[in-house]
Amino acid sequence: MTENVPLIVIGAGPAGLCAAAEATSAGVQTLLLDEQSAPGGQIYRAMGHTGQQGRAILGADYTRGESLMQVLESGLLDYRPGAGVWQVTPEREVYFTIAGKARTLRAERLVLATGAMERPMPFPGWTLPGVMGAGAAQVLLKSSGLVPDGGVVLAGSGPLLFLVAGQILNAGGRIAALVETTPRGNLARALPYLPAMARKPSYLTKGLALLAQIRRAKVPHYRGAHGLTACGRDRVEALGFTLGVRAHELPCQVLLLHQGVTPNLQITRALGLAHDWQPLARSWRPRLDAWGCSEIEGIAVAGDGGGILGAQASAHQGRLAGLQAAFQLGKLSQAERDAKAGPIRRALAVERAARPFLDRLFRPAEEFLNPPDETLVCRCEEVTAGQIRGYVALGCLGPNQTKAFGRPGMGPCQGRLCGSTVSEIIARARGVDMQEVGAYRIRPPIKPVTLAEMAAMDET
Amino acid sequence: MPNASLFRRLPDPKRRTVAITFEDRTVQAREGDSVAAAMLAAGMVTARRTPVGGAHRGPYCMMGVCFDCLVEIDGTPNRQACMVEVREGMRVRPMTGAPGLGKAPAHD
Repeated sequence: MTENVPLIVIGAGPAGLCAAAEATSAGVQTLLLDEQSAPGGQIYRAMGHTGQQGRAILGADYTRGESLMQVLESGLLDYRPGAGVWQVTPEREVYFTIAGKARTLRAERLVLATGAMERPMPFPGWTLPGVMGAGAAQVLLKSSGLVPDGGVVLAGSGPLLFLVAGQILNAGGRIAALVETTPRGNLARALPYLPAMARKPSYLTKGLALLAQIRRAKVPHYRGAHGLTACGRDRVEALGFTLGVRAHELPCQVLLLHQGVTPNLQITRALGLAHDWQPLARSWRPRLDAWGCSEIEGIAVAGDGGGILGAQASAHQGRLAGLQAAFQLGKLSQAERDAKAGPIRRALAVERAARPFLDRLFRPAEEFLNPPDETLVCRCEEVTAGQIRGYVALGCLGPNQTKAFGRPGMGPCQGRLCGSTVSEIIARARGVDMQEVGAYRIRPPIKPVTLAEMAAMDET
Repeated sequence: MPNASLFRRLPDPKRRTVAITFEDRTVQAREGDSVAAAMLAAGMVTARRTPVGGAHRGPYCMMGVCFDCLVEIDGTPNRQACMVEVREGMRVRPMTGAPGLGKAPAHD
């Protein structure tokens, strides 16, 4: 018999920590599984290890995470770091491996708080060593105190690009250039939604402060760049791009890319949940109710894994999911749940108000959603955008069919890096919308697990 | 060629130094580093050669998503270098080309 746990929360970022906090304070025994070795998710990564100097570099928003860690003191919480969850079934069985030992537990209620990943930014040469996500550089800074220094170019779009630039400068690093790819028309399309940002003025003031910091540091800032190409033989040596009609080439040893973040959907996809395409956010998101509950009984999603709203909104959504789980498990009355949920919902509405402006302002340029033919789209199986278009010309209708033609999405990352791009390319080539094209089917195990680990499981 | 000037370390006296080997080279990492961070700190950007085209690849996402930093750690192939913390004496080798049942081909 598989052991039962009242509540399992997967992911110890802001959503998962807050779900666990609400549930445990209502008296629910909670198991919190997290893939990382320390709590906080990507946003509050290495919070416990960062000294005063680190806090000064990473800024005030980062230290906000400290209060979320209090739940770890709860006697009702069983927190297991380093847990790779490789299967979740609709019956709420959770299979995971910690330190080479696999096991399974069944949850009466399950909250998926698997967060976000950086939206892949495919263009020719983006697979060269030395080309990394801007978020990846932030991980290196938070976890290992590593500051990219000299020959560093940041390219792309979105708030995190500027935040990482600011943090590198705070840490004394040098930035050779910031190459912004935000399409020039975006600002005009976003401006009508600016008044709603007045409910969340801190986002605007922070953004403007970062731009001023980058200007003060005299970082060359190119705007409206297109036609990006990373050049180099065995590692990146330069970034080529075009401004207007003029071609530029900047030498670099580290090229940091960013064009927003997108939900991490491996578990919700593997569960077979319905997902809806968000044309503005250019992302899929699982269909959820106002508590984050999915269409499968007892399984909820909280935080950026249910659609990108940011760290503070994720915390609010985590609290709502935790309250609902406590209510469903009989630890809170409906009245108690609703009384606690009221202020949380109001705070969440403020966070939502910022999205229409931000999503329009930072909508990725078309060339990174539907990249040129020679771009490797599937990094694992090395399939180009041109090959995907070729499969469509042969009659291929959707991403799952492309696997039979050329194996995109079938390598170790299981389509995490190419999935949305393959669907976007097919949608344009066929002239249909994303909902009709669909997405890769994801099958367990969603993380590598060895046969020996499975064979040694005491519960099968 | 390794290039030591890619990343600079902020001092952290609380963390001990940990020695690992990458191929035949000894690398001084810091306690709490992932293997991928230790490699990058030492100026090494290539973790593997791809099975399909033999292209060089290195850490890209640093959070366990992209699987481009796959390395062999203490004899176990296909480990995500960004998800494994360094341990004293750890032996890391790049993954080269297509996996096989026999001895892995030598890395050139």
